[in-house]
Amino acid sequence: MSVLVYIDTLSGSVSKNSNEAVFYGSKLGDVTVVTNGGIAAEKLASLGNFGAKKVLVHRGVNSNDPTQLTKLVSAAVSASGAHTVVFSQDLTGKAVAPRVSAALKAGLVAGAVSLPDAGGVFKVNVFSGKALGNVKVNTAIKVINLTPNSLALETGSGTAAVEDFSADCGSPSFTVKSVQKQEGEILLPEAEVVVSAGRGLKGPENWGMVETLAKTLGAATACSRPVADIGWRPHHEHVGQTGLAIRPNLYIAAGISGAIQHLAGVNGSKVIVVINTDPEAPFFKAADYGVIGDAFDVLPKLNAEIQKLKSSH
Amino acid sequence: MKFLVCISKAPDTTTKIDFVDNNTKFNETGVQYIVNPYDEWYALVRALELKETLGGTVTTITVGTPEDEAIIRKALAIGADDSVRINADAKDAYYTAFQIAEFAKKGAYDIVFVGKETINYNGSQVGGMIAEMMNVPYVSLAAKLDLAGNTATIHKEMTGGVEVIELNTPFVISSAKGMAEQRIPNMRGIMAARTKPLQVVEPVACDQLVSFVSYDLPKTKSACKFVAPDNMAELVNLLHTEAKVI
Repeated sequence: MSVLVYIDTLSGSVSKNSNEAVFYGSKLGDVTVVTNGGIAAEKLASLGNFGAKKVLVHRGVNSNDPTQLTKLVSAAVSASGAHTVVFSQDLTGKAVAPRVSAALKAGLVAGAVSLPDAGGVFKVNVFSGKALGNVKVNTAIKVINLTPNSLALETGSGTAAVEDFSADCGSPSFTVKSVQKQEGEILLPEAEVVVSAGRGLKGPENWGMVETLAKTLGAATACSRPVADIGWRPHHEHVGQTGLAIRPNLYIAAGISGAIQHLAGVNGSKVIVVINTDPEAPFFKAADYGVIGDAFDVLPKLNAEIQKLKSSH
Repeated sequence: MKFLVCISKAPDTTTKIDFVDNNTKFNETGVQYIVNPYDEWYALVRALELKETLGGTVTTITVGTPEDEAIIRKALAIGADDSVRINADAKDAYYTAFQIAEFAKKGAYDIVFVGKETINYNGSQVGGMIAEMMNVPYVSLAAKLDLAGNTATIHKEMTGGVEVIELNTPFVISSAKGMAEQRIPNMRGIMAARTKPLQVVEPVACDQLVSFVSYDLPKTKSACKFVAPDNMAELVNLLHTEAKVI
């Protein structure tokens, strides 16, 4: 059984999300990876550690344009004879997988959080994380868009054969005028630990203790919707139903009451710690660990204890 | 300029989710339906703003049953000129996209807008599928859209930042936070919406590519373990040795 995994390597490196998609694919069959751009061949060869047998790289396509990538993936499906196509449901996966599904007329499992069971049924997130759907694909070829951080990655050892691949992918459908990058921060959608805060912090000037704790933990920072709406924090930090949905291993929330819309964005987190002065805050119902106390007092103490732990290891 | 905005029905964001018929159907009892927030706040409102400055028309399209007309009228009250309802109970995203693409191909629309995802299925699927079926470019997760003549400048999300791109119409765009601000319909809009045209179109035949066989609620968490605020050493110990996340 042949499985094709598309990964976005335009940044010049292989992301954790991409490793997950390859590893997931290796549980379904022999993985051929397809990618594009200028990434170094030895970085691609190391995908063998996650189960890839072969990597096809199209050096002539240097964009993440969904029109071009759809042609690339379709050509690679034909070349590899794959019955399953896997994407990570990151920004590129969201843009490209639906187009590929339509181009191949192959059923799309959008946001898979599990491998298929014996009956070929996949679990997907629905209702913004408030429920799981069990989805069956009715077509011979399946397209799977894998939710990041939904399986435990295991690193093996192996080397994938890297081959140049060519296919007519047309020209890009848009031109990139400029790119504005966030510098030096841990990206929220990929973060394994997230420290988040809400209106309980009383003002943007008090975020220093959140950032300090995040730095100690190697975590990304996030916030609740009201905080982004009043401009205390940038919009890209807003997690919740209408913001970003995240699934870190550890989510620490300070001064967030836990409205149902906020929970929808974070309840895929493996462990949730809630710090709130109000013992009745609904967030405690969704928490694994709770601290009834003032974030101004608790966050610095927590930071000091984590520093102690880190220095003793 | 002709704009087509895809509008989907979604349960209100505060809805408690559960299922009936052996977990095969969403329990609609007492559920208040709204226009999917991404479709309304960002896609529809940005299309209206562009129409107001550049001229043109804003048409909404929904694949849904007669029950969906309440949310369609809401979109008309906010300011859409007219609406189309494809008379079908869509079973998957491909079906929905196929119906919309078949309609849109005949209408010479400059831009087809979708919200970045629905809050009930969260698939982010329909926009990309429509674009492929119409053979036009797809711009995913746009946070800003400006139009000069038939050239659009768009800010779209990329991993770790924002990409500013340029392309010509026609295209399909998925709209995320930042595109526009929510508009509350006024009484005049609500009155006018009652008489605006709402065309009902019968669906075309289309295969169902995926099926939802059932649903599950997430495992309920075991009770929260409380730690005293002056005992952060204990919390760190639990996170390290019990939860093993730090």
